[in-house]
Amino acid sequence: MQKSVAAPILEVRNVRKQYAAHTALDGVSLAVPEQSIFGLLGPNGAGKTSLIRIITQITGADSGEVFFRGEKLNPSHIGDIGYLPEERGLYKKMKVGEQLIYLAQLRGLSRADALGRIRKWLERFDIKAWAEKNVEDLSKGMQQKVQFIATVLHEPKLIILDEPFSGFDPINANLIKDEILRLKQEGAAIIFSTHRMESVEEMCDSIALINRSRKVLDGPVTAIRNQFKNNTYEVEGQGKLLVVHPDFEVVEQRERENDHFYARIQLHAGTTPNDLLRFLIGRVEVQAFREQIPSINDIFIRRVRETMPETLNETANALL
Amino acid sequence: MASKFLLVAQREYLTRVRKRAFVVLTLLVPFIIAGFGIVVGKLALSDEGTEIVDVRDTSGLGIGTKLVQMSTPQLQFLPVAGSLPEAKQGFQKDKHAGLLYLPESLDVQAPQGVQFFGKGNISLNKETRVQKALNDAFAELKMQKSGLNQTQLDQLRAKVPLSSVSVDETGKEKDSNSGITTGIASALAVLIYFFIFLYGVQIMRGVGEEKSSRVMEVMLSAVKPFDLMMGKIMGIAAVGLTQFLLWGLLSWGATAVLVPLVMQDEVGKAKTEVAATSPGATTATSPTVADQAAASADQMNPAKRANVIGGAFEKASKLNIPIWTIIFGFIAYFLGGYLLYGALFGAVGAAVDDQTDTQQFMFPITMPLILSYILGFSVILRNPDGPVAFWMSMIPFTSPVAMVIRLPFGVPAWQLALSIGLLIVGFVGTVWVASRIYRVGILMYGKKVTYRELSKWMFYKG
Repeated sequence: MQKSVAAPILEVRNVRKQYAAHTALDGVSLAVPEQSIFGLLGPNGAGKTSLIRIITQITGADSGEVFFRGEKLNPSHIGDIGYLPEERGLYKKMKVGEQLIYLAQLRGLSRADALGRIRKWLERFDIKAWAEKNVEDLSKGMQQKVQFIATVLHEPKLIILDEPFSGFDPINANLIKDEILRLKQEGAAIIFSTHRMESVEEMCDSIALINRSRKVLDGPVTAIRNQFKNNTYEVEGQGKLLVVHPDFEVVEQRERENDHFYARIQLHAGTTPNDLLRFLIGRVEVQAFREQIPSINDIFIRRVRETMPETLNETANALL
Repeated sequence: MASKFLLVAQREYLTRVRKRAFVVLTLLVPFIIAGFGIVVGKLALSDEGTEIVDVRDTSGLGIGTKLVQMSTPQLQFLPVAGSLPEAKQGFQKDKHAGLLYLPESLDVQAPQGVQFFGKGNISLNKETRVQKALNDAFAELKMQKSGLNQTQLDQLRAKVPLSSVSVDETGKEKDSNSGITTGIASALAVLIYFFIFLYGVQIMRGVGEEKSSRVMEVMLSAVKPFDLMMGKIMGIAAVGLTQFLLWGLLSWGATAVLVPLVMQDEVGKAKTEVAATSPGATTATSPTVADQAAASADQMNPAKRANVIGGAFEKASKLNIPIWTIIFGFIAYFLGGYLLYGALFGAVGAAVDDQTDTQQFMFPITMPLILSYILGFSVILRNPDGPVAFWMSMIPFTSPVAMVIRLPFGVPAWQLALSIGLLIVGFVGTVWVASRIYRVGILMYGKKVTYRELSKWMFYKG
């Protein structure tokens, strides 16, 4: 799944950004591989938006560097980047078609090229009849589709999507998801900033986790999940489970009716899953046995807590 | 990224010009102006039209005939016959302005018993004019009695035309016309004032809309804030110029078409009235009098009034009005003033979240503009070389209005150069300040902005 062997499309090196009172980014570095989906994760106020605004050249970094395909980021890259901000917005009193042409022209597309592509996209999203309507007459979901088109119309090499699924119903969210995957197939790299962890696991090839202005974790999703697994196995079966053993430790155990049980058992160092199985087989009837791989959600919460001072933990609990 | 700046300006222009409100306003205002012109014209006609005064001369001194000869476009004398009561009834029936009665036993040396009857109260203005005509008639009569013939009399009758001449430093003399100069000065000042206000507020609203619709972030990922701001300012300037140009053309067209239609009967009425009321006795003078009356009515024609600026420019070349300086200065102050204030209006739009919060920032911006307008008309127009005029035409915030008022009266070259220099410094400065506020403000939401906060934004890094 990973293609991180090739040179990254985007490389952020030791970027710092300071606002009057607080540091928004404190020496953040990361690399986004070509033709991949990259998840940018972090709690609110972690610095994600600050980082995105530096990549989209809305603001500049105080120090550090950003490279786009090995070149120092500069205004000539504007046409290669597409950006869907979390705060969606279009000119309300402008027609859908005109608006898309305008935004595409601002990113260097010719009027004629823009027209052809707009027709294609409006057909794909089945909103062709709306081209002559003012944006304010569209439903919210419809506006979101228009904005998504505006983000990708100029066929950017790097697409930055901030919470792309917010405001979409499940059907349209799926539509957008398929489009994102298709764009990746066609060769684009996508930075995907979200709180929806299940979509991260489903779609992202690699992630970076930012907390309190610092990157606390990054890498390919599978590698991270493997890295965070802690030798814990889920066991389901029939019988009376009673584990007292120096090599294993029961993390959680639930008894169900008819002597059915569920347990999570952690192995101590030097013990193999087969040792546990052998131990179990003599005592209970094992119906299911699998290694527990932590979800990105679990990792996210764990890492955020770890990098947070104790006093803030309770607020974090409430928030997460 | 000049092309992006142009794209932004183009969008600002096209979306505004296509709005229904723009079309309606552009078409409606000229008719309001034309209608206003007609009302003013009618009032002027009824106020300054020909007044006819009946003369019942029983003195046998020939004063009546002399008075008729002295008729002016404003005041005409018409000899009537019959007894005094009949004449009294007659002038009221004919709706004439009054009746002048000269009794039988009138002594030229000590004229007593001359009476002027008017309907209702007689205005001082009317009485003065009649009095003057009467005095002149008696003076002439006395001179005739003293043995002067008609030729000598005509030579004696001195009509002194007073022409004002202005002298400049080099001693060159030219005609001066304070009316035209004042007219040009006020017209230019009003144009600049309204342009800045009307379209400056549009800049502010436009920025506010971009902010509240959250389209700003998308825009900024493609366009530099400075290009976005300047594109908007220039696009709206083009909208304003289009609108002013159309207003000018349409107003001219509307008055040219409408006013003759409406005013024709007024002018015609004046002509026929004069012709009808000048029977036999005065046939020699009556056609000219009627023509004069018609001409005077024509002069009040609002169509010509509407063209007063155009006419003034024609005349200006003959008068001591520095026409090229005015044109150059007007363009410089028009652009400079609009840019200076436009940038500030844009910054206010960027700084606030809520349109209702604009008030606290609007006040200090509009203050110098309003002040220059008020003082411009009350002080500078009366004393265009005074200290108020000088200082206000140097300060960049007030000079766009103050200096154009001074221009037609002649401004020393060094003052003009200094003032324009300061204006350039001023607008570069305000555009710089505004673009810094703009850059930070457009992405700032949900924060109540104070002046302290604004001053901090100046020093934020890119």
